[in-house]
Amino acid sequence: MYRERRFTIFVLIVLVSVTFSFRLFYIQIVDDEYKTEAENNIILTETEYAYRGLLYDRNDKLLVYNNPVFDLMVVPREVKGLDTLKFCQTLEITKEDFEAKLKKAWNYAYGAKPSTFMEMIPEELFAKVQDQLINFPGFFARSRTVRKYPHTSLANSLGYVGEINRRLLNRDTTNYYRQGDYIGISGVESEYEEQLRGTRGVRVKMRNNKGVVKGAFRDGAYDTLSVPGLDLKLTIDLALQQYAEKLMEGKVGSLVAIEPSTGEILALVSAPSYDPNLLSGRDFGTNFQALQQDSLKPIFNRPFMAMYPPGSMFKTVQSLISLQEGVVHPYERIYSDGTLIGDLAPNGYYDVKKAIKNSSNNYYYKVFKRVINRKEDPNQFIDTRIGLEKWKKYVNNFALGEVLDCDLPNVKKGYVPSLERYDRMYGKNRWKYSNIGSLSIGQGELLVTPLQMANLGAILANKGHYFTPHIVKSIGESGQPLEKYRTPNYVGIDSAHFPIVIDGMELVIMEGSGTRAFVPGLGVCGKTSTVQNPHGEDHSGFMGFAPKDNPQIAIAVYVENAGWGGRAAASIAGLVIEKYVSGEITRPWIEEFALKGEFIY
Amino acid sequence: MRQSNTLYQFDWLSVVIYFALVILGFINIYAATYDEEVSNSLFSITQNSGKQLIWIGVCTLIIIGILIVDFRFYDSVAAYFGYGLFIFLLLAVLVFGRVVGGAQSWFEIGPFRFQPSEFAKFATLLALSKYLGSSLRDLSKLKHQIISVAIIGTPAALILLQPDAGSAMVFLALLFTLYREGFTPIPFYLGFAAIFLLVVTLLGYKLAVIIATIVIGLLLIGLYIKSIKKMVLILICAVSSIAYVLSIDFIIEEALQPHQQKRVRAIFDPNFDPKGINYNVIQSKIAIGSGGFSGKGFLNGTQTKFNFVPEQTTDFIFCTIGEEYGWVGSMVIVILFSTLFIRLINLAERQKSKFARIYGYGVSLILFFHFTVNIAMTIGLFPVIGIPLPFISYGGSSLIAFTILLFIFLKLDAHRMQLFER
Repeated sequence: MYRERRFTIFVLIVLVSVTFSFRLFYIQIVDDEYKTEAENNIILTETEYAYRGLLYDRNDKLLVYNNPVFDLMVVPREVKGLDTLKFCQTLEITKEDFEAKLKKAWNYAYGAKPSTFMEMIPEELFAKVQDQLINFPGFFARSRTVRKYPHTSLANSLGYVGEINRRLLNRDTTNYYRQGDYIGISGVESEYEEQLRGTRGVRVKMRNNKGVVKGAFRDGAYDTLSVPGLDLKLTIDLALQQYAEKLMEGKVGSLVAIEPSTGEILALVSAPSYDPNLLSGRDFGTNFQALQQDSLKPIFNRPFMAMYPPGSMFKTVQSLISLQEGVVHPYERIYSDGTLIGDLAPNGYYDVKKAIKNSSNNYYYKVFKRVINRKEDPNQFIDTRIGLEKWKKYVNNFALGEVLDCDLPNVKKGYVPSLERYDRMYGKNRWKYSNIGSLSIGQGELLVTPLQMANLGAILANKGHYFTPHIVKSIGESGQPLEKYRTPNYVGIDSAHFPIVIDGMELVIMEGSGTRAFVPGLGVCGKTSTVQNPHGEDHSGFMGFAPKDNPQIAIAVYVENAGWGGRAAASIAGLVIEKYVSGEITRPWIEEFALKGEFIY
Repeated sequence: MRQSNTLYQFDWLSVVIYFALVILGFINIYAATYDEEVSNSLFSITQNSGKQLIWIGVCTLIIIGILIVDFRFYDSVAAYFGYGLFIFLLLAVLVFGRVVGGAQSWFEIGPFRFQPSEFAKFATLLALSKYLGSSLRDLSKLKHQIISVAIIGTPAALILLQPDAGSAMVFLALLFTLYREGFTPIPFYLGFAAIFLLVVTLLGYKLAVIIATIVIGLLLIGLYIKSIKKMVLILICAVSSIAYVLSIDFIIEEALQPHQQKRVRAIFDPNFDPKGINYNVIQSKIAIGSGGFSGKGFLNGTQTKFNFVPEQTTDFIFCTIGEEYGWVGSMVIVILFSTLFIRLINLAERQKSKFARIYGYGVSLILFFHFTVNIAMTIGLFPVIGIPLPFISYGGSSLIAFTILLFIFLKLDAHRMQLFER
């Protein structure tokens, strides 16, 4: 009876089994999504941050190193039976702070996964916390490093390292960086980021549903080791840098010293400066804001970014161009009085040497006119255009109005006026020499950076060429700077024209406006500038090099609102030159004068 | 003499499948919770796998016991006593039981715990077989129909009170033994129709179902245009189907607990509440799906042993098999089980006594029901219901209960020539 009904049940069994086979076939073999999701479940990628390269000065003195700090991490779900009072005391935080931080951590992944509770706890505080950590369930530490500076020198040029922001992240075409990564943001840290950062390593681990690590994924087949970044040796001479910074203390301005034979920057002062340690570690935010709001702009890297008219130092360039163009004979004496342009030099006959020594404005006004108006065209407007165009090329060759491709970010190119500039000011063909005459003495529309003036010193020292100034002497073990700093750039002036200009510069120091830079037996050559400043006291400027034969150092100094170039700037430049070349200071009264900083009287 | 004869008569295929499943279960219980750092041995008593091994030992002793007891014992009034005892225990557990996982289903006596509902299936089946085994019973009679359904329904209702819907549902399997014995098939047809309409509706084809019902209804009416009686019947069927489909949402809301409603919804919408109600099923599918063709290998699974899958040694033990042995391993389990079910039904059909036949069907169907619901749940074809995978899931009560269930039938089968209809 009803025996045939067993087939219904057979069919049911077979139907279920076949359904299962197909369903299993689909989820196990056809659909790959489950494999991906399984890996997402268990994979925990731990980044092993590479050890960032260190920075040394030219004498292997350490400038920047890595200091271990600790992030306190928390898994809120595992925080049980915590002695909140003791915890807060140990960490030196308030109870409200504690609750706010913990609440924030709960918001991440339902409190089941670790998130940062407190960032960058310094080693000293952490030592205290570490002993207690075992009593604080759910909390653990993660170590990393921040930059630390044994000296307070060179803050702006070294730059700082910080968490990558959205703008930088979007600009990263290599897709190397991720949210939360640290990156060099300014100075050498930014310029040499690729060399310094090294290569980050990765450890792929397995975790369970609570996030607890359960060993390496596939026995570490996907792990990579981190490669430490390269150490950099800077061209800076720390002792000289510190001395220069001391001299610039309390002043606003710049000092750049270069080794003419290599283009290596020996000292680079932006005054006022700040302690670079302020921009490292957990107080970055508040400190950075304070520096940013400071009216003296300490984070403005003046040697590269501040632009001033060159003033009288530019007369050396004008002489070289006029000699090269052959419009002036080296010993040709030109009568100059104060009729054409305001002048402090006495009336009389001036040749190149004397014109430099006495800084005769009218001499240069006349000579520059010869350079500009060559009677190439009967129309003097057009003739002026032709002349200015030609002159501009010369000036650009001196790396003025052009970016000096230095290895620091945000290097400004200064400004050498173009024909278009005057067309805009006066109308096309509506301007002639009298409109542009103030360029002859380094005023007018001309703007330069202190770096460019130091480089001018190097050009004069080298009699016609320069190596692009740079701050990194050697990258890693290579012992070499970047390729572009190893080839000389010629400025297009025959070296034969230099000695007479240099002689003039020597006279400036020996008996002219720059006597405060005179160091017996050193052969300092230089030129002072009193840069007209419509907003207040004039800026004091100096450019020069030493010794005259076999130059070792070229220098430019700008001290803002310090009046005559012969006072503040020449004193400081002379002291730095002496310190570098002979190692000691023989004229303490000058040092006292410079340190005291009362230049206007 | 008779003892060796019994062994010779034993259905060794079933026995081999039984031990194969039990051993596979043991290995996978070990793998499901294996922790490289702790590295317990396969036999460590502190682990579920070690404990399962003890239960396997106990089961072996029980099997020997079953072989020793005279086969006539099972087909005696003892069946009714056993049934009575378990009805009593099911009542008692509602008062004295310990609550585990939201259901008051466990007795706890000293270090021992046991779940009467696991054994109630066996007792109920035995009583049902005993009742229907008599030649006086006729399932076309209403009285006998009611008594049979009451035998099945009473323990199911008590278990539902715990509340343990999963275990209670298993008793539905016994209704199919009634079907085989001549119970009118109409309730089964209606049941399947209802389930079919429910699934299709919940899959989102409500409108299509209604239109299809109307079209088919009209066609059938056209076909049976001569018979008023049939036309009325078709009309009633069509109208009630449509009414049923339209009221499904209402029925679900009214008849099911909120958590059960969510589980039902979860099945039809895999993206529903992935961190909550659907988490278990999603993780279970990930574990099985990540196994691929041949799996990750013994102890190389990650999803179960790192606790992403819940209950990975008991209700979700199939995840470990799917993950570590892939489709091949899963198919081995499916084939072993289906072979066993069909084999048991064939054995049941060769019984000379009605009692043994009904009992055999019951065994096969109870096991089949567990297998279907458990695996369907792990691969997202059925709502999550906590019932074990026979012989494989960790747990003493269920393993012992399934073993007794199966081996009493194998014992009866071995003596089938002596056991005639009475």
